[in-house]
Amino acid sequence: MIPMSWYLVIAAALFCVGLFGVLSRRNAVGILIGVELMLNAVNINLLTFWHYYIQVNAEPPLNALVFTAIVFIVAAAETAIGLALIINAYRQRSTVIANDLNLLKG
Amino acid sequence: MTPMQITFILIAAVTLVSAVMAVTARRMMHAALWLIATLMGVAMLFATLQASFFAVVQVMVYVGAIAILILFAIMLTRRSTLESDQASLGSGWIINALAAVGVFAALVTAVWAWPAAETVLTELPKDAEQLGLLGQIIADPNGFAVPFEVSSVLLVAVLVGAIYLAVERKPQRGGRQ
Amino acid sequence: MTGTLLWLLPLFPLVAFVLILLFTYKQHALSHTLALIGAGLAWLGSMVVFYQAVIAPHLAESPIGSSINWLPTGETFFQIGVQVDPLSAVTLFFVAWTILMIFIYSIGYHNFGAKRGVDDQPGLPPHGALVKDKNGHKHHVASVEPMYARFFALISLFAAAMYLLVVSNNLLTLYVGWEIMGLCSYLLIGFWYGKPSARDAALKAFLTTRVGDVFMLLGLAALYTLTGSLNYQAILSNPFILEQLAATTSPVLGLSWAGLIGLLLFIGVVGKSAQFPLHIWLPDAMEGPTPVSAMIHAATMVSAGVYLAARFFPLVSAGWEPGLPLTPTMTIMAAIGAGTALFAATIALAQNDIKRVLAYSTISQLGYMIAALGIGAYAAAVFHLVTHAFFKALLFLGSGSVIHGMEHGVMHTGEHIDPQDMWQMGGLRKKMPATFWTFLAGGLALSGFPLLTAGFWSKDEILSGAFGGGQLAVFIVLALAALLTAFYTMRQITLTFLGQPRTHAAEHAHESKPVMTIPLMILSLFAIGAGWAGIPEAFPGLGGLIPNWFGGFVGSMVHFEHHAEAHSLVPLFTSLGVSLGGLLLGWLVYRRAGAVDPLEKALGPVHTLLKNKYWVDEVYAFLFIRPARWLADVFVSQWIDRRILDGILHGIGRLGLWLGKLVRQGFDTPVVNGAGDGLANGTRSLGAVLRGLQTGRVQDYMLLAILLAVVAGVLVIVL
Repeated sequence: MIPMSWYLVIAAALFCVGLFGVLSRRNAVGILIGVELMLNAVNINLLTFWHYYIQVNAEPPLNALVFTAIVFIVAAAETAIGLALIINAYRQRSTVIANDLNLLKG
Repeated sequence: MTPMQITFILIAAVTLVSAVMAVTARRMMHAALWLIATLMGVAMLFATLQASFFAVVQVMVYVGAIAILILFAIMLTRRSTLESDQASLGSGWIINALAAVGVFAALVTAVWAWPAAETVLTELPKDAEQLGLLGQIIADPNGFAVPFEVSSVLLVAVLVGAIYLAVERKPQRGGRQ
Repeated sequence: MTGTLLWLLPLFPLVAFVLILLFTYKQHALSHTLALIGAGLAWLGSMVVFYQAVIAPHLAESPIGSSINWLPTGETFFQIGVQVDPLSAVTLFFVAWTILMIFIYSIGYHNFGAKRGVDDQPGLPPHGALVKDKNGHKHHVASVEPMYARFFALISLFAAAMYLLVVSNNLLTLYVGWEIMGLCSYLLIGFWYGKPSARDAALKAFLTTRVGDVFMLLGLAALYTLTGSLNYQAILSNPFILEQLAATTSPVLGLSWAGLIGLLLFIGVVGKSAQFPLHIWLPDAMEGPTPVSAMIHAATMVSAGVYLAARFFPLVSAGWEPGLPLTPTMTIMAAIGAGTALFAATIALAQNDIKRVLAYSTISQLGYMIAALGIGAYAAAVFHLVTHAFFKALLFLGSGSVIHGMEHGVMHTGEHIDPQDMWQMGGLRKKMPATFWTFLAGGLALSGFPLLTAGFWSKDEILSGAFGGGQLAVFIVLALAALLTAFYTMRQITLTFLGQPRTHAAEHAHESKPVMTIPLMILSLFAIGAGWAGIPEAFPGLGGLIPNWFGGFVGSMVHFEHHAEAHSLVPLFTSLGVSLGGLLLGWLVYRRAGAVDPLEKALGPVHTLLKNKYWVDEVYAFLFIRPARWLADVFVSQWIDRRILDGILHGIGRLGLWLGKLVRQGFDTPVVNGAGDGLANGTRSLGAVLRGLQTGRVQDYMLLAILLAVVAGVLVIVL
């Protein structure tokens, strides 16, 4: 009923919003929020293609589901670690503004 | 326009608007909440795709764990004052917006260039989503047992690492940072 | 064998010179031994050669000798070599004897074996050492010459040069020997270089003879250019070439080429043999030690001048026969020779230094020889050369002995007198008998004492040659000069040896050591006897008893010689008269002379003229030396050298500096430095610009990554 391209476009839009957030957000946690959005867009893409595959071929592509699951797992892991780092950085430098965490500045 | 399409459009709109708000909210709490809304919208999208398992997983993992985690992180890293006066976006956000728009344009172009993207996703037969098979293939060594085990190791590592990083250390030997 | 020996003759003293100079400089005995060996071997070789020459038939036409190819000149070689012909044979004879005698004499003259004086310095004559005798009294005695070895080295070199000159068969090696002798005369006259007068005298000698040598070199060059050779056999014994040279006219004064070349060579002789106007160096050369004076003025150097004149006699007399009028060059020679003879004899009258008298007497006698050559009396001139060498060497060495005796007296008494001044001497006959008798023999020979002395025979030959050849002017002048010669010689002998001592120093003089008196005795034998080898046949009485070996031997060198015409009695009586008369007059005037010279009163202002040597030196100083000094000091040194040349150099320096500054400021600093600095600064600025990318903000990095990924993706899709 819904053309696949709509799903793909939605996923692309979500991805780009997440990208925009990653690039523009001053707060480090805000950046992570952007990352979450991007990962969700990826998941939407994966499941769209899973559905399409079943529709085109008879058998379900289980690797799509596994991949999706792994994306979930990795997203969770990365969020945990990222937030732990942000908290640590907040303790060191009392700021979570990404611009102010600029010890790598050349 | 079928009702499914209308439903889809509504859900998509909500998701997008929430995503935009999540990204541009001035106060982080609001951003986190908007994120939750976005995640719920994505879950609904999963449901329309008849990936019901993942819809549930989405809600449980993302909303139930990750969003909560983000909320905690926001609360732990809040500076007492002046937060609402700060801009939420950095100084060069126009360029970033342009970049994002450019990427979006590239992706959409790629989608429209693919003829098969127009196929209409119809309803699948009832037993299309075979979770039992998924469970089996995860545990099967000829299947995806290795990625499964590795991802479990990853989670353990993350667990240990997060605890180590985030635990509050008592000051040792006076003034060591 | 004789040919080889001839090559070796100059080598012996030369080797002695080198060895002494390099190795035995500090050792006196070894130095004089080496020098004596050198001179002795040369003497031995000369005697052998002389003997060979005497017994060789037709030596003048075919002299013994050899040549080697030396200098490549185009197709041929310039050859140098040795030869002995009658002229060089007799020259070798007297050169060898006189050199050997002088060498032996020098050992004693420089007080070999004496102690070194306490403040004797090298460069000044030694002035005595203090010795204690057995009573403890301190005596001042003669001290050894500090530069003993140097002296023997230098006289060995001098001897080598003279031998080289005599044995050579071409004018070039003769010139080489000539110049080396000039150098040695400079070194030896200025032997005591600490004395300013000696330094000046050495320079004067060298420069004056140099003036003559320049003209001589011109003559040699002309000769070589015209004939292509300088060899005696090729030119001087070759009638064809001589005729040619006499026939062609040179561009100078209408003289023939033979005459011009002869004149140029003669000017060299004028310098070397101290004829007027280049005679000024010879009296001053008395500054050197007496053996040097003997060598230079008797045995070798001045004789070399006359030897050369005799050598090129065929050239100046080309086209002349006895009886014909003299060629222009010969006339010049005769005029200068005779004029100098009289001129120098007059000056000798007024001199008070024992050596100066002998110096002027040498100039005068050389004038005799040159005049003799000028009028064509070849054999007579060479005869007089030989005899003069013996008795003049004898006289000089004798005067050296007198001076030594006087110095001993001076040291003994402590008087401050000049030991060379004849007016401080007197009565030395008793104190120094050997010196007296030998000096007397020499003096009589110089005066031409009849029959017994060699000087008589040779002088008589010249006078008769002048008279017989019809040259009455020359004859009269030479006769006058002979009178004056006898007069001043007797004056010298009387003042020095006869009468009573005039000073205490003269009273305390004593005879010299045998090493000095024995050479005197040997030389006196020659002074007496050498004349008997050349008694002309036409001589009344004695003529013909002993064949005129000398006349025949040397006379064979020239083709027209041997006038066996009647020996007129006029020259004979003239020479008897002037010599005996002069001697008597001299003895009479001076035998009672006190402290004042009676001649001063007699001649009045003329005496002052004579005493000051006609002020020739002063005239030369005004005419030549002051302008030369001005040229050197002002013109060349200040104007040319400092202003112009240094100005140019400074200008070049400044130009260099300016160019350097220009390059530096215009090119080096802006362009080269600028490029380097620009590169560095540019890199730094680029780096600073690019550093802006390293914001440290992860989001910026990510933005870049996304952009580049999009671009890459688009490229992948498009391409």
